[in-house]
Amino acid sequence: MTRTYPDEPAEAFPQPPRTITDRKDRPIDVISADDADTESLVEMYLDFDPADRAQGIPPVKEEAIREWLETILDGDCVNVVAKHDDTVAGHATLVPDNEDEHELAIFVLQAYQGAGIGTALVETLLGHGQAEGIDHVWLTVERWNDPAISLYEKVGFEISSAESFEIEMAIRL
Amino acid sequence: MKLLLGVGGSELSYQALTETLERVSETGDELTVAVFENSDIDADLETIQQRIQEHIDESGLEPPIRHIEGTSPGSELVNIAESEGFDRIILGGGGRSPLGKIQLGPIVEFVLLNAQTPVTLIR
Repeated sequence: MTRTYPDEPAEAFPQPPRTITDRKDRPIDVISADDADTESLVEMYLDFDPADRAQGIPPVKEEAIREWLETILDGDCVNVVAKHDDTVAGHATLVPDNEDEHELAIFVLQAYQGAGIGTALVETLLGHGQAEGIDHVWLTVERWNDPAISLYEKVGFEISSAESFEIEMAIRL
Repeated sequence: MKLLLGVGGSELSYQALTETLERVSETGDELTVAVFENSDIDADLETIQQRIQEHIDESGLEPPIRHIEGTSPGSELVNIAESEGFDRIILGGGGRSPLGKIQLGPIVEFVLLNAQTPVTLIR
């Protein structure tokens, strides 16, 4: 399957580490992450509301969470987390597919949603990806998930396919 | 119960075949296997048929196998089920994206949305 990407590459995105102040005046550190961060991510995903899962991820049980994290914290993936003090509030990841393109996903804990952390995470993740030489990023999102779709559009993603249950979006870096 | 199982050559479709054969040998349901070429899968009809036959031989059952021609196997499955009084359509599907998201292909999606019979998705 060939995916349609925007003709023009996106602007340069900010790179980690950076600190933002979210809309509830909390200082949030957005930093790169790898498998050394497994334990704090397991903790975040154990706190994650199952109602906010998308297309079967994150898994619910700890063992399945660990197995899933092992895949996406692998060396050829790109990860950033948003930290409030010592709590991981959000996580975004780029995972390579077989065509040298990368799939994006982002998760923000319920208590931290709606405060601009998601946008900061996606932008910083894409900045990290640019620094790593990644140039094609795609994602799928459920068609009823308007907040997520507008976030991705604001960042520069364009809809590449809307024929399926999920909407597919893509960005060129 | 009359069951119509669609197999298009994906790994998940063979898995669905194995599970259905196991279940049918317990329940005695009347199974028909419908073979088609899934345009997302790189396998020709002959190869798919051969693998199906191997699975069936192992099971000791003898379900009839029929071919679905054309470019929209989903719609053909729905037609057959409806016009020939099948009680249920069974399909394998729901592969995972690189990140682990469940994805439904166009054939599964068509059948789920358009079938007049219950549909079992084995994933």
